[in-house]
Amino acid sequence: MNYVNCGNFKTSYTKDAEVYQTKFSKALIWGFVIALFGLPFLLGPYLLYVMNLIFIAVIGAVGLNILTGYTGLISLGQGAFMGVGAYAAGYFSLRWGIPFYLAIPMAGLTTAVFGAFFGIPSLRLKGLYLSIATLAAQFIIEFLFIRLEPITGGVTGLSIDYANFFGIEIYDDFRFYFLSLTICILMTLAGMNMMRTKLGRAFLSIRDNYIAAEAMGISLFRYKLLSFAVSSFYAGVAGSLWAYYTTIITPENFTISVSIQYLSMIIIGGLGSIQGAIFGAAFIVVLPEFLQSISDWAGSYYPAMTQIIGSIKEGVFGLVIILFLVFEPEGLVRRWRLIKAYWKLWPFSY
Amino acid sequence: MDLFFQLIITGVVIGSIYSLLALGFTLIYKATDVVNFAQGELLMVGAYVCLHLTVSYSIPFIASFVITLIFTFLMGFFIEKVFLRRMIGEPIISIIMLTIGLSSVLKSIVQIIWGTDTRTFPPVFSQEPIQIAGLSISRVYIYSIVAVAGFLVLFSIFFKKSKVGVAMRAVASDQQAALSMGIDVKKIFALSWAIAAVVSAVGGIFLGNINGINTSLSHFGLMVFPVVILGGLDSILGAIVGGLIIGILENLAGGYIDPLIGGGAKQIFPFVVMIIVLMIKPYGLFGTVEVEKV
Repeated sequence: MNYVNCGNFKTSYTKDAEVYQTKFSKALIWGFVIALFGLPFLLGPYLLYVMNLIFIAVIGAVGLNILTGYTGLISLGQGAFMGVGAYAAGYFSLRWGIPFYLAIPMAGLTTAVFGAFFGIPSLRLKGLYLSIATLAAQFIIEFLFIRLEPITGGVTGLSIDYANFFGIEIYDDFRFYFLSLTICILMTLAGMNMMRTKLGRAFLSIRDNYIAAEAMGISLFRYKLLSFAVSSFYAGVAGSLWAYYTTIITPENFTISVSIQYLSMIIIGGLGSIQGAIFGAAFIVVLPEFLQSISDWAGSYYPAMTQIIGSIKEGVFGLVIILFLVFEPEGLVRRWRLIKAYWKLWPFSY
Repeated sequence: MDLFFQLIITGVVIGSIYSLLALGFTLIYKATDVVNFAQGELLMVGAYVCLHLTVSYSIPFIASFVITLIFTFLMGFFIEKVFLRRMIGEPIISIIMLTIGLSSVLKSIVQIIWGTDTRTFPPVFSQEPIQIAGLSISRVYIYSIVAVAGFLVLFSIFFKKSKVGVAMRAVASDQQAALSMGIDVKKIFALSWAIAAVVSAVGGIFLGNINGINTSLSHFGLMVFPVVILGGLDSILGAIVGGLIIGILENLAGGYIDPLIGGGAKQIFPFVVMIIVLMIKPYGLFGTVEVEKV
């Protein structure tokens, strides 16, 4: 349900479809964005590192949500597609000496082509069968990362230079923050607006009823592949950002567990909601860091704990997913809306 | 030629374990429409429990085998009752994610209790290989094939003859009709999870006897997908045939393609086969074709 402030009337369809429902919400959102740009001056390097991870994850999660949440095509290969982006960016910058601001979009496009290729089975398959096909894509791409040594460097991976923006080398968390935040905002805005266009509505109609969508003249072939391409473009951008952040690209960063993490982000955040993807990404990035700090604290009392802490982290991760699915199947975004509604209606809750 | 036959035999052994896993997967899918990504973890839990019973309490292998089966039966029952029961009617992605979450939880519990080191069963079977037609085959292979075949026969009799088995097939083919005929569908759901856990445990125990036990056993859960896609998701015969085919193909790929490209073909080949099958015959060899019309 969309609660609108009292006295805010819509007199035309254009007004109803506006991004910012009121001037107040517009001010609030822009204030938040400006505050985000001010944040690094206050935070220490560790928190900046976490924020950077969140921004990268948000890009990937928004991409996956376009595919899974909006178009209804399940993908278990987002991690591999991120890897394709990372390796593409590494290859372009190492072999061809392309600067990062061109390498990132080029990596995105390369990944989009890859994604569309592996999306071809989606034309015949859906639901479960499709998720299994993307699982195969994940393994095949992972295999290629290790075997295509001339391009990917095999198990040792590629090591690239830091991004260099007209002489300013982006080598620490502080500088990278601005890069990742800017790209994250651009990609999120693009995603939000995409859903307001013909493309986005076609995606939604395929999700809701693909037979009806086809009957209404939406080419399933074109839009399913486009959905895969768009989603993979996001994955590629996220992956190439990751590459420039860590400067070392190895296959183990893009395994099936990464794909699962991204799926859990959009489920915990809320399927079919850009806001949900942001919440979910933040949650899944912060959760292991939070568990780590707890375990460090507990480890100082019980040294035996540190041995099994990795296993406990994995178990808690699984448990959180299960609990969310059972108790909050619509994700954090629903909770957020309830909180907002509560404050709008307060003190008259009915 | 020796290499070829050796590969085939290993393929049949591994393939028969795949068949068991796929049987569990198919049972759950047929009865409850749930795709179980935690099948490999069920296998791993079974293997570890059996190992623990034989090693720590020095219970004879046969006895601990039976206790493990009872334990995993109850575990499957419990998992369905506590987690899956709540997910009826939820979208498929939620159910997939639930079983993935379940698999992390199971894996983590196993690691907390038993650690991550590879452990081996005490020599249950005689180590001396058997000579058949000039080939030496290790005894555990023979026992595995015999036991797996026995279980498969047992289950096909169970489904054909026993009252519960017929009820399970009824639920699988039409839940509504089964419900209206007085079959307790909830009980059947729980039962299919329990049986799936049991057959996976059998696979796990034999696999543990062949290769030793560590947490990478859970990877076998992913191999179940090529098998069931090839055989057809909802066909028990398909699970068996698919398991054998994938097991053999995988080993042949490992033997002949791996040396050419330097390893890894064995792991990837089943998935390549799967993609091809999905594109040509999405419902597999024996699967039911879903007809969709407006």
